[in-house]
Amino acid sequence: MTRPSRSTPLEETRGASASGELLLEVRDLRTHLDTKNGLVRAVDGVSFRLHSGETLGIIGESGSGKSMTVLSMLQVVPKPAARIVGGEVLYRGQNLLEKNEREMRRIRGREIAMILQDPQTSLNPVFTIGNQIVEALRLHRRDGGGKALVHRAVEALRQVRIAAPEERIRSYPHEMSGGMKQRAVGALAISCGPRIIVADEPTTSLDVTIQAQYLRLLRDLQRETGLAILFITHDFGIVAKLCRHLLVMYAGRVVEAGPVRAVFNNPAHPYTRALLGSVVRADTKAERLEAIAGQPPALWGLPSGCRFAPRCPHADDRCRKEYPPQLRVRDEASDHVASCWRLEESHGNR
Amino acid sequence: MRRFLAIRFLQALVALLAITLIVFGLTHLTGSPVDALLPDDASQAQIESLIRHWGLDRPLHEQYLAFLGNALQGDLGVSLKWRGYTAMEVVLQRLPATLKLGGLSVLLSIVVAIPLGVVAARHRGTMVDKSANVVALLGQSLPQFWLGIMLIWIFAVGLGWFPTSGQGGLPHMILPAIAMASFQVAALARLTRSAMLDSLRSEYVKLARLKGVPEYRIVWKHALRNAAIVPLTYFGLLAGSLLTGSVVIESVFSWPGTGLLSIEAIRGRDYPVVQAVVILFAVVFLLINYVVDALYALVDPRIRRA
Repeated sequence: MTRPSRSTPLEETRGASASGELLLEVRDLRTHLDTKNGLVRAVDGVSFRLHSGETLGIIGESGSGKSMTVLSMLQVVPKPAARIVGGEVLYRGQNLLEKNEREMRRIRGREIAMILQDPQTSLNPVFTIGNQIVEALRLHRRDGGGKALVHRAVEALRQVRIAAPEERIRSYPHEMSGGMKQRAVGALAISCGPRIIVADEPTTSLDVTIQAQYLRLLRDLQRETGLAILFITHDFGIVAKLCRHLLVMYAGRVVEAGPVRAVFNNPAHPYTRALLGSVVRADTKAERLEAIAGQPPALWGLPSGCRFAPRCPHADDRCRKEYPPQLRVRDEASDHVASCWRLEESHGNR
Repeated sequence: MRRFLAIRFLQALVALLAITLIVFGLTHLTGSPVDALLPDDASQAQIESLIRHWGLDRPLHEQYLAFLGNALQGDLGVSLKWRGYTAMEVVLQRLPATLKLGGLSVLLSIVVAIPLGVVAARHRGTMVDKSANVVALLGQSLPQFWLGIMLIWIFAVGLGWFPTSGQGGLPHMILPAIAMASFQVAALARLTRSAMLDSLRSEYVKLARLKGVPEYRIVWKHALRNAAIVPLTYFGLLAGSLLTGSVVIESVFSWPGTGLLSIEAIRGRDYPVVQAVVILFAVVFLLINYVVDALYALVDPRIRRA
């Protein structure tokens, strides 16, 4: 890899505008999952772009394929049940899906790092925090001996605002609170100076005040380092606070994508509208909270047409037969798109 | 850590006390030792003098306390079969042979079973896993004495690679150690496999993969270190099967250890020696479990630092 050696993440300041360098482009990614109920198309033609300094939100119910999408990107899908069957994952122009396991290990953690949902289980209970960070550093940044690596680990903990990092480095996970553990996972993620951090519902298991602190921390880190963040969540409130762009996923597909403001003000896909309708909002007074009719679809034996059709109030015969193409939503945002046959009708008679 | 070990030590002492109580009670249930000690035509006077001499006319709790007091000093009476030796001397003389054989069989089972379990879990559902499962099933279902006889028949009598029986150097120990380890290997491999499966499914293994850790390090370091607690726990039980196994295996291979000794002592109605064997087995068992507890704390920081 020909790249000038990077300084520590702290000193680094890349342009933090949304129009930064194009880091990641996912094109038509497809992952199939063999289950005892049959073949599941867990990720079915997902495409998106991520620029440096940008935060992209992926939103959807559990089972919509959000996590499987990012695990497929990094090729850590559960084997042998899951297979990546198509598409391209272009990281700075190189297709990650063509790389072998050895080459991928140099991408994971070093170029694209990840924060998992539950800090209680994502840290190894039998190793100290320092051990776990130094292990990653040793794999990816061999410059400098053991002492330098420990020093870097301390720096990473300092960056995520953990108090007394020199002592914390010797702590075991069970000696820390949930919020602090998640900060430690964050420190692990930034320690090797990645360009992208994928955060898979990182605040779901934290309580609300800690959640807000953690989101602020992510935003500060991004400002300091110019990181791109791919933020997976089912919480519209977090997306509104953190992201500029968002994807809405349903049953393995992206049903709507665009700037957060455009999608919020003018949700085009019936599913997005239903999702937004089921969110409690402080600024409008609702008589009662809307629920989405029906169940999330069973992912095996999906209809050939629009996957939301069985629950959609606007569905007609064409919706049930043919999957809709991605269409531009007519509003002020040029990159607001949705996959719906009845965009005009359903959208118009809101 | 120190507290944890101190508590475990006290618990071991309590267990040992309970065992002496059971040993004492059981010997009394088997009938008066006087019948075994004296010839059938002994006179009433002889019987009574012996009863007084042994203190058998005193209340039970006094007898127990006397027994306990003597046992604490290592005195469990004199052997009836091996004249001129105390029961303790007879047993201690034979103990090293049993420990040597047991140690080799434990070593053998660890070296075989842990990697077998790890590899089976790593390649779950493949031929490797299935063959490991068959090996484990065979090991658990074949009776040890039968396996011992088959080993002698094939490798000692047939091929002549090893001596058939008796005490000696390493060649003498190999067949009995294999026969003894077979059951342990099976149980240990299956336990390791299931613990590894859990561990490999965990989020910390996922995160380790996501930070670029090579697969062999994930398996042998991240997952095994966590899974190790399960087979380690089994080690305590293993110590038990090792001692009971020695009774069968030592008889089959005429290995002059405590197992064979206990059979000989039971046949000769040598109660003091039987008692000594049982109590010493208990001490060894408790000692091994104590070591296991200490290892436990070493492996898992949640126990160490609690």
